Amino acid sequence: MKNKIFVTISFVLFSFCFAVFYVGLQKPNIYTPKLDKQIELPNFVGNDFFSGEKVISDNLLKKNSYYIINIWASWCVPCRAEHSFLMALNNKNLNLLGINYKDNISNAQSFLNELGNPYSKILSDKNGITSIELGAYGVPETFIVNKEKKIIKKIIGPIDNEKFNEILELIK
Amino acid sequence: MKKLIFFITFFIILSNNYLLAVDKPTELENKIFKNLRCLICQGQSIYDSQSDFAESMKIVVRKNLSNGMSEKDIYQFMKKNYGEWVLYNPEINKGTYLLWGLPIILFVVGGAIIIRKLGVFKK
Repeated sequence: MKNKIFVTISFVLFSFCFAVFYVGLQKPNIYTPKLDKQIELPNFVGNDFFSGEKVISDNLLKKNSYYIINIWASWCVPCRAEHSFLMALNNKNLNLLGINYKDNISNAQSFLNELGNPYSKILSDKNGITSIELGAYGVPETFIVNKEKKIIKKIIGPIDNEKFNEILELIK
Repeated sequence: MKKLIFFITFFIILSNNYLLAVDKPTELENKIFKNLRCLICQGQSIYDSQSDFAESMKIVVRKNLSNGMSEKDIYQFMKKNYGEWVLYNPEINKGTYLLWGLPIILFVVGGAIIIRKLGVFKK
């Protein structure tokens, strides 16, 4: 009888471990965070892309307006792909803030000259501190900030048609 | 011979200059780097990684330390931005009790099986 209980417990335990690891193996191993709740926009500091002046996020972002914060770089190929969507968003009722990540200024400028500048303000993030303070995972990345200065959506990777429509829904 | 001595001296001076120029991380910095997960190459810590984002995280850690933040404060800061996942040594809480508890359970059960099989307590 004792032996039977022992075997059963062992079997259950083994099956449990097997199931945990099996499910774990099926999951993609690149973690992308879920944004279940709205997060307060962290404070961040950067330098103005054109003038080089120090800019503090608190002075930059005003309440009662939607903001899109987009991290980009001229060397990032997906940024090129999403740029037309950012240009289209520029005409909507929101402010676009660009963060130029670890980029060469002249390359970044020719990128904007070629594809257009959708941003109302661009911060230069020479050593990547601003992006880390914002909680970014890579380039490109887009944060949608609501009127209460809360991040309501993080888009990791380039904006595509589906995500573009999602943004339009959110800022309605 | 003179040329050889000159080259050796030149090389030693050059390499020493290079070593001094590289900002060596302190022990505490290394400890923190080893406990933070790289955002790009997610199986590595930022200590091992040289990706752009890992290098940026190292700069942020250094900056925060020089601003007077403690090791714990830095972990809290990173956790706030990236979630528990960014720490290699997560705290025990609702989401991680299984992570911490399972090895202990397995150890105890495994030990029990071995003891039983070996018949240690059998007379």
